Amino acid sequence: MDIVIIGNGITGITAALRLRQKQPDWNIAVISGESTFHYSRPALMYIFMGHETYQETKPYPDSFWAEQRIELLRDWVTGIDTEAASIELKNSGTRRYDKLLIATGSKPNMFGWPGQELAGVQGFYGLQDLALLYENVKTTRDAVIVGGGLIGLELGEMLHSVGVHVTFLIREANYWSNVLPLEESKMVVRALERGGFKAIYSTSLQEIVDDGNGRCCAVLTDKGERIETQFVGLTAGVSPRIELFEETPIETGRGVLVDSSLRTNVHNVFAAGDCAEHKRPGQPRNLLEQVWYTGKYQGEVAADVMAGEEHSYQPGIWHNSAKFLELEYQTYGRVNMGDSGTSDLYWEHPDGERSIRIVHKGGRVVGFNLMGIRFRHKVCEAWLKDERKLEDVLNDLHAAAFDPEFFPDYVAALKAQSIRAYVK
Amino acid sequence: MSSQLFEYEFDEEALGFGKPEPQVTLAKPTGLTRLFQGITLLGSILLLAQIAGSAFTGTWIGFLIGPGLLTLGSALYFWSSMKDRPPGINHDGIRYNGWLARGGGGYLLALLLTGLYVLIYWFPQYLGHSAEGNPTGLVRVVQAPALLLTGGPAGRWFLYGVLYSFVMLAMGVRMWMKYRHNRYEKLRTLSVLFFQFVFAWTLPNLLVKWGQPYMELNGVWPLKQDYLWPTKVSELWNGDASLGPVMIVWAGLIALVGTPVLTYFYGKRWYCSWVCGCGGLAETLGDPWRQLSDKSERALKIEHITIYSVLGIVLLVTGVLWVDHLAGGIFPENFGGALKHYYGFAIGSVFSGVVGVGFYPILGSRVWCRFGCPQAAILGILQRFFSRFRITTNGGQCISCGNCSTYCEMGIDVRAYAQKGENIVRASCVGCGVCAAACPRGVLKLENGSTHLERL
Ligand SMILES: Cc1cc2nc3c(=O)[nH]c(=O)nc-3n(C[C@H](O)[C@H](O)[C@H](O)COP(=O)(O)OP(=O)(O)OC[C@H]3O[C@@H](n4cnc5c(N)ncnc54)[C@H](O)[C@@H]3O)c2cc1C
Ligand code: SF4
Repeated sequence: MDIVIIGNGITGITAALRLRQKQPDWNIAVISGESTFHYSRPALMYIFMGHETYQETKPYPDSFWAEQRIELLRDWVTGIDTEAASIELKNSGTRRYDKLLIATGSKPNMFGWPGQELAGVQGFYGLQDLALLYENVKTTRDAVIVGGGLIGLELGEMLHSVGVHVTFLIREANYWSNVLPLEESKMVVRALERGGFKAIYSTSLQEIVDDGNGRCCAVLTDKGERIETQFVGLTAGVSPRIELFEETPIETGRGVLVDSSLRTNVHNVFAAGDCAEHKRPGQPRNLLEQVWYTGKYQGEVAADVMAGEEHSYQPGIWHNSAKFLELEYQTYGRVNMGDSGTSDLYWEHPDGERSIRIVHKGGRVVGFNLMGIRFRHKVCEAWLKDERKLEDVLNDLHAAAFDPEFFPDYVAALKAQSIRAYVK
Repeated sequence: MSSQLFEYEFDEEALGFGKPEPQVTLAKPTGLTRLFQGITLLGSILLLAQIAGSAFTGTWIGFLIGPGLLTLGSALYFWSSMKDRPPGINHDGIRYNGWLARGGGGYLLALLLTGLYVLIYWFPQYLGHSAEGNPTGLVRVVQAPALLLTGGPAGRWFLYGVLYSFVMLAMGVRMWMKYRHNRYEKLRTLSVLFFQFVFAWTLPNLLVKWGQPYMELNGVWPLKQDYLWPTKVSELWNGDASLGPVMIVWAGLIALVGTPVLTYFYGKRWYCSWVCGCGGLAETLGDPWRQLSDKSERALKIEHITIYSVLGIVLLVTGVLWVDHLAGGIFPENFGGALKHYYGFAIGSVFSGVVGVGFYPILGSRVWCRFGCPQAAILGILQRFFSRFRITTNGGQCISCGNCSTYCEMGIDVRAYAQKGENIVRASCVGCGVCAAACPRGVLKLENGSTHLERL
């Protein structure tokens, strides 16, 4: 049995390792154009900032893959022939498969801004972008970053760490306010200010100005402002990377369409991770999940199904985490997702740099949002699964605390406040 | 632009991704920072002048304007250069800084450090050590505190104690500032400084002054191999010094009772990263190089061989010495003495000193603790099998970024556990807590569980 996996991101790699466990004799090949070895995409920033070497961002030693008998091929897939069950590679001809897993991930969104093709303008997604950034930064003193999301902030932090003056252009009135509740969003806004960043809110990019030599020299905003810059980072989200499949029988929508077993419409072709769009019959919208842990989980499910087992993908309780400069963020369950009938219990430290938010609906807890404080995933997940009563959660809240030893007891502070607020 | 993704080909392995070079002029150090750099420089010059010989050499004034200013200046420098950044670990630039990433600067520092150890151990006369008690040069610079603390002239070991403690003080300020967002780290910094200044440096010297035997009260056999060797034991037990028997009881208690009990409740960290002098130096002076510890499988194999060999050797030597002492005459005359000498030379001086500390800038800060220390070996076995301590990982939050593994001074591949959601129960973990502090996703927590059974 010949398995071919396109993409060595967390999804493709998780699937390959799991398949190896389930099927010791199958041939497994992982083909990826970006790099030979799997590395941690979220760690890209640490290479540029000098926290880690490229080597250190690899979760497994290079020698590991041969031991696992997983073939790694660094090449771009340029075509797929589903009739012949073969793929075409940029440098190494064609290759047959028995089962194919598509795990091509995402690409940065480009909204057709005038000037987006100029030199000095780039997105930030992979090693190619990192290499390009090293080139671009050589002529950079000031940078404009378009988009107020996680990747944009990381790119800003990277540039700032080497002394570049960074200005964010953020469409919303506050940082990442489509995801963060207002208080938390403002906390990040303060952190950015304190860190020496400039951020312009409620403002969009209109045009990137050519300096006459095909290189960017300024941006124009929808407020008519002109900002001189030698670098423009375009980080307005990502979308599934699916150009490759557009002329094939493989069905695509926003991403590669899959059912709950992660099968595409074509026999023996599967898709998982960032690039997959999950059909959800009976629900208004299909599901795109574009984070690390969902890629990992989907990779496992895809491997099980490819190995011949029945396994259906069930998105669990949502969780995520990030770090905005020094500010840590964790979220569990449903926070700020537009649900109706929810109320929040919110505690913020007087220093304005840490907070706990417990979202509840009808007396049952549905979500947690933490800034500058760590909670225990397993405990939160169990509570959210059982839709535990707010009262009980408050009583047991110390079980969720995950801050290092000797840290101040913020949970107690929240409890003290909530008793004041709720026990009348 | 999107087509670039396909066309931009390079060899990511060869490329290396070094230091970015933007068109910026970096912010100049503040006036305060420059003032403290100046004080440090002044202290160094005054120290060098005194080594060359001056009227101040050996006086309190000389001590204060030389080593004193040097320590003060550098401690204040660390404070002022970090105080304006928001608290939080800052590892910017470390992996492409030659001083910290095995560049020329790193090798130069390693050479200087090893050189210093070679001089102290085998050529103390070049430092001004004098067997007759009339020191010159660098040893003489610390004469005033020696007279105060020990009641006698300074020797090479007193010099070593001063260097050790004052370096730890200045670098301790750096450690405090670097980890000041984290109480665990702050308390640990205070703890290692306290044990060094009180237990390892002042008290042992005062003991000598008060006519008692020299003993570092935070030293434990078999790290301080001779503390339970027959010569020391009988000297303390039968000697004239009134505190001798107390010391023996103390040494025996911490080695045989304190070690297993405390390790059961808190893991080996109670000693290795809160109390131990070697650990204290590693955490302060060694901290800038912690990322250099080797994470490879090969290094792990070597670690297992060497650390348990040293443990075997020290157990054997201790056993032989006791047999020789109690039974007498089984071994040729001087056999015990030779054994002690060679152990002290190979393990005590070369391994723990020259390699252990001298190679900080090449092999990372815990070379001795990881590959050599027999005390760490014992504590590690206890921790692995009979302790409540473990590092728990936070469910699915790990993004495999590798910060934890990179900054583990013991070379543990923390990420390998974290990305699988497994707890970390490893003999070598000294519980420094830096993985948990450096993790950008709040994945790791050092914990003492309620029993030793459900840890994995
Ligand atoms: C800078 C950055 C930071 C992030 N930080 C976080 C975070 O902190 N937490 C989090 O949860 N998520 C984070 N994410 C998102 C997360 O990295 C992605 O969700 C995850 O990497 C998706 O994994 P994947 O395997 O599905 O796809 P990818 O990681 O994108 O891997 C796809 C691979 O397929 C290759 N490929 C694509 N097309 C072809 C082709 N035609 N031929 C050959 N190879 C091809 C690509 O080169 C790529 O290597 C971050 C993303 C970025 C860009
Ligand atoms: S530092 Fe944290 S997120 Fe990164 S690999 Fe380690 S445990 Fe995982």
